[in-house]
Amino acid sequence: MITEINSLIAQYGLLLDEDRLEEWVELFTEDSQYKVVTRENKIMHLPAAVIWCDNKNMIRDRIHSYRHVNEHNLHWDRHIIGPLRINPMSATEWQVQASYSLFQTNLEGRSILFSVGSYDFKMVVENNTLKINYLEVVSDTASFETLLATPI
Amino acid sequence: MKIDWSRNDYSSIPYFLYHDESIYQEEMEKIFRGPCWSFVGFEAEVPNIGDFRTSWIGDTPIVVSRSDDNSIHAFINRCSHRGAQIVREPSGNTTQDHVCIYHRWCYSKSGELVGIPFKRGLKGEGGMPKDFDMKAASPKKLQLANYHGVLFVTFSNKSETIEDYLGEFGRSLIKRFMHKPIKILGYTRQMVNGNWKLYAENLRDTYHASLLHEFFVTYGVDRATQKGGVMMDERHRHNMNYAFASSDTQADANKAYENISGVNLDRMNLSDSKLLKYIREFEDGMNLAAPTFFPNGIIVQINNSLACRQIRPKGPDSFEIYQTLFGYEDDSTEMLRHRLISANLVGPAGFVSMEDGEAIELVQKSTKNDLNSHNIMEMGGRGEIKNLEHRVTETPVRGFWSYWAELMGVEAKDGVR
Repeated sequence: MITEINSLIAQYGLLLDEDRLEEWVELFTEDSQYKVVTRENKIMHLPAAVIWCDNKNMIRDRIHSYRHVNEHNLHWDRHIIGPLRINPMSATEWQVQASYSLFQTNLEGRSILFSVGSYDFKMVVENNTLKINYLEVVSDTASFETLLATPI
Repeated sequence: MKIDWSRNDYSSIPYFLYHDESIYQEEMEKIFRGPCWSFVGFEAEVPNIGDFRTSWIGDTPIVVSRSDDNSIHAFINRCSHRGAQIVREPSGNTTQDHVCIYHRWCYSKSGELVGIPFKRGLKGEGGMPKDFDMKAASPKKLQLANYHGVLFVTFSNKSETIEDYLGEFGRSLIKRFMHKPIKILGYTRQMVNGNWKLYAENLRDTYHASLLHEFFVTYGVDRATQKGGVMMDERHRHNMNYAFASSDTQADANKAYENISGVNLDRMNLSDSKLLKYIREFEDGMNLAAPTFFPNGIIVQINNSLACRQIRPKGPDSFEIYQTLFGYEDDSTEMLRHRLISANLVGPAGFVSMEDGEAIELVQKSTKNDLNSHNIMEMGGRGEIKNLEHRVTETPVRGFWSYWAELMGVEAKDGVR
């Protein structure tokens, strides 16, 4: 299973970086949650999130709105995801944690470190495929540069 | 400083006012450290004795702190000795004094200098001069006003009262939001590479809302065809943009937006519509109310998401939007959850707010090499600055500039107020 988990994480970063966001959505189960919070709020035990999708439909809506409705900063993303810590929760459930760095490059070719933080995944097997059932992105970067349109 | 306003109604602003370093420095002095009451946050953020928060008024660092007698104080966050920042955490609680780490000078919770290590020297040698006046050397204290739980500060001892500053306009709006105890839900921050006034303008520009923020229109949250308008205080320095939910028809909206390119009115459906659910909670029935307070504050209601935002200038071409999300103490578990879901609408990733950062940066970038050219702000008409019962207007932006010019001492000849 370690191979599948590694491959799911690699796919997660790759799909975001290649702007294949609709395929990225399909990495989640229907009842999954996707949440971006800041480390600052988490330390203060404050519940507000920067993004909170509490099911896959909300994740779909985020991507749909990004593609067709919202205006945003034109950029490319590049995720660098660190070594994984894998905790089996049961025979079909794993908690997976990792650190990430997300760089953004604008269309004039200048890059910035956009967000650095950690992932806390719960992964499950659904129809013989490993999927994400829960993801909390904890961004150490609390003060986002310009805006946050594409998922971390 | 001489400004060629070209008109007396502030409908045309020269670009150098968004870029010039000396103007920025003057703004810090004459506006933020001047007679204005600046928005600093909520009493609910420092509820207990010893609670403190650090903040910024303009680009001056301050501490807001609740002292042992339960009063709230604000003082400059700078050690009197060598100028080091005293309090380093964004917020916290202390039972002790605030201590500067450099030479351990101590400050009470109300900001007085109360302790200097080796003040009398050691074994009769060294120490501070005998006539050193600790009280006189304390960091500058700011006047702090707590208006129904909203905190404002001013650097001046000659400011008008907070009641007069807010006017009937501001007083009633603050009471609207603060009608029962609030609960802080969290913070978001956003750094924008633009001049702080571009955001102050943006908050007063109701014309852009349904055009830049297409989500508003596409999903029918807010359209210019809805019943709504702009209101200002008598001096036109503060303003409010408001609208009533479901007060237009799809046919009205289709007709109004049919020839506007780039705005899609197909009222697409969200796969999960709870994001747009609005539970009526204010007697006036507004689903959108955004009172802006000169120079740096706004309280924003979009459906059931409630927040305030503080503008923190970081130089002529950069500022931070510091947003505090809140609800009410008596919110049910379901209402709290609904507010947290509704918060997807606002903040750096907000469906109806993310565009502002980008739009402001586009202005900042492309105006810096043509400083003496002017922009055009005639939407809604020229001349008099007045309240309107529609929102296809930039009139409140002219109100902002009119008061800005007064404080900076550069009003246009026969300038409108």
